[in-house]
Amino acid sequence: MKIVLEHLTKIFKNLDKRIKEPVIAVSDFTFEIPDGSLIGLLGPSGCGKSTTLNLISGLEEPTEGRIYFGDKDVTDLPPEKRGVGLVFQNYALYPHMTVLENIMFPLGNLRGEDRLTKEEMRDRAVHAAELVQIEGLLERRPAEMSGGQQQRVAIARALVKSPEVLLLDEPLSNLDARLRLQTREEIRRIQRATGITTIFVTHDQEEAMSISDLIVVMKDGAVHQIAKPQDVYDDPVNLFVAKFLGTPQINVFSGEIRDGKLMIGPEAVFAVSGAEDRPVTVAVRPEGFLPAADGALSCELKRVEVMGRDTSVVFSHPALDAVQGRAIVDASLTRDLEPGAVRFSLRPEKTHLFDAESGERIRCRLTRKEEEHV
Amino acid sequence: MFKKKNLKAWLYLTPALLFLAVFMIYPLLDVVVYSFEEGYNSASQSYSGVGGFNFSYVLRDPYFLQALKNTFVIVLITVPVSTGLALLVALGLNSIGPLKKMFQTIYFLPYVTNTLAVGLVFMILFKKTAYSEGLVNLLLKLFGSPGVDFIDGPWWAKILVVCIYTVWIVMPFKVLILTSALASVDETYYKAARVDGTSKPRIFFRITLPMISPMLFYLIITGFIGAFKAYSDEVALFGTDLNAAGMNTIVGYVYDMLYGDSGGYPSFAAAAALILFAIVFTITCINLLVSRKHVYY
Ligand SMILES: Nc1ncnc2c1ncn2[C@@H]1O[C@H](COP(=O)(O)OP(=O)(O)O)[C@@H](O)[C@H]1O
Ligand SMILES: [Mg+2]
Repeated sequence: MKIVLEHLTKIFKNLDKRIKEPVIAVSDFTFEIPDGSLIGLLGPSGCGKSTTLNLISGLEEPTEGRIYFGDKDVTDLPPEKRGVGLVFQNYALYPHMTVLENIMFPLGNLRGEDRLTKEEMRDRAVHAAELVQIEGLLERRPAEMSGGQQQRVAIARALVKSPEVLLLDEPLSNLDARLRLQTREEIRRIQRATGITTIFVTHDQEEAMSISDLIVVMKDGAVHQIAKPQDVYDDPVNLFVAKFLGTPQINVFSGEIRDGKLMIGPEAVFAVSGAEDRPVTVAVRPEGFLPAADGALSCELKRVEVMGRDTSVVFSHPALDAVQGRAIVDASLTRDLEPGAVRFSLRPEKTHLFDAESGERIRCRLTRKEEEHV
Repeated sequence: MFKKKNLKAWLYLTPALLFLAVFMIYPLLDVVVYSFEEGYNSASQSYSGVGGFNFSYVLRDPYFLQALKNTFVIVLITVPVSTGLALLVALGLNSIGPLKKMFQTIYFLPYVTNTLAVGLVFMILFKKTAYSEGLVNLLLKLFGSPGVDFIDGPWWAKILVVCIYTVWIVMPFKVLILTSALASVDETYYKAARVDGTSKPRIFFRITLPMISPMLFYLIITGFIGAFKAYSDEVALFGTDLNAAGMNTIVGYVYDMLYGDSGGYPSFAAAAALILFAIVFTITCINLLVSRKHVYY
């Protein structure tokens, strides 16, 4: 089922009573979520991700805007009429019930012609448990299970009513690193197996990138970019998105376009076409650095960290917005590097320019000096 | 067995254990001894024999039987009523938004009010004097009932006042405990239930009640024990001669046997006290057994 959000806005009264100003938790969110896709809602904590999920599930009413499931306007429907399954960050499994009872609980709410017998409930619960591969744990209580197992139970409980939409609020944040990796594959598998339209919330960019069909990047209630994971990474619309995605973080320099050249400090690193002279912020992905004797950018190399196939080159530069930056470079190219002066040439496709004030992306063409000569 | 660490722990516990031994265990054993000493004379501190006579005397004493009946009625009425009402009030308090704090305070006021002041209020409400009928009787008359003397009248009227008084006294604490128990139930359980379309009653019985069951159970057990030990409330309402008022309780009976007008019979007092102990012990065991099945920890 496709989900359409139209100018969705949610304004809260401030929880802190001393502050009169309302909190805009979600602001003018418009998006059509394709049927059967897995959407990653990504943003720092407090940016309105949970609120967006709550609006879609019906737990919160929007201040403005409409929500459609398929062609049906569900904005005014209560949660139980929408057919959504919701998995909470802390799982919210009822601790006094066994796994089976937990999974069966939503089925017990069905009334009228939907009403199920005990056997039917059990069958469907077992089926849901099989889907998430916890059929061996049905008689356990939540406290007797690991975080990952609890997570699966929560997903089974959300799926047992065969909802058309599955919403997951930070499903992995309570798991340890290894389990997180495993569970996110699992979520992807379950989503593929059921074909259910799924939105999952995370503040971890790697998580979002690894399993989503589309990523929605939010900040302060506003949607900044909606695109495929690779596109968000390769083609960020603003500095916030560029900085939020990617580990190690993108390296940010302050620079300037002067006479058609991109200047970082005194050095001209690229020729620029399609943008007028102005101060800019230059962001370079770690993999955009190439050590080269005739490289355009000279930095101070601090140390080289070995990571296996690649190395992480830690450097400093006066125009850098942080104490140090990081470049990821093939190990064969860093063998001879010593702490001290080092020159990099930059890859244009890994370098993005942003307005120095607003942080908006400046679209232009960058070319290396040496390429110009050819 | 006794590792160094253990030894240290026992050392720390010693003062408390000594205290308990002197002020709890010794008197308790003494009570048991007293209860089997027949024909004890407190003046000469001598007794004529050993046996179960004290128990059979007490169990046949009409005053004791009256006290037993009163105590049981008080227990069976006030524990469920006060716990149930407290739960209702706590649920109400928990669901109101803006004035919650204020109402919480109001409901807690009786707890910090002097019992004598509460007794006085009950007098004004219920007592018939030469000058006044009592507020409740005035109300009853409005509805055409002849009214009844609640303090010196029939047994049912008096026990009714006792029960209302007891409920009034014990409720604030229960309300306090239950409001905090309800408030500590994680909000997301309710959200999860709402998304699943769970009805209000089902939420209450399948989620809220099990979640607060440890607290509820604690209140029921302590409520039972407290109600079995009822005495001061009755005195506040009917004065110290409870036998005459027909309002005595088991603890009151024990006290009378020791110090009352019929006092000076520590053996009978000890026997009555042990009977009370047996009753409370049995009921608490039953409570614990029931809780195993129904309380989730
Ligand atoms: N019920 C509420 N009342 C007032 N403010 C709220 C409420 N729920 C969330 N907020 C505020 O809305 C903003 C977004 O919250 P949330 O959606 O929970 O963020 P996220 O899930 O992305 O961390 C936060 O500033 C938060 O304080
Ligand atoms: Mg959140």
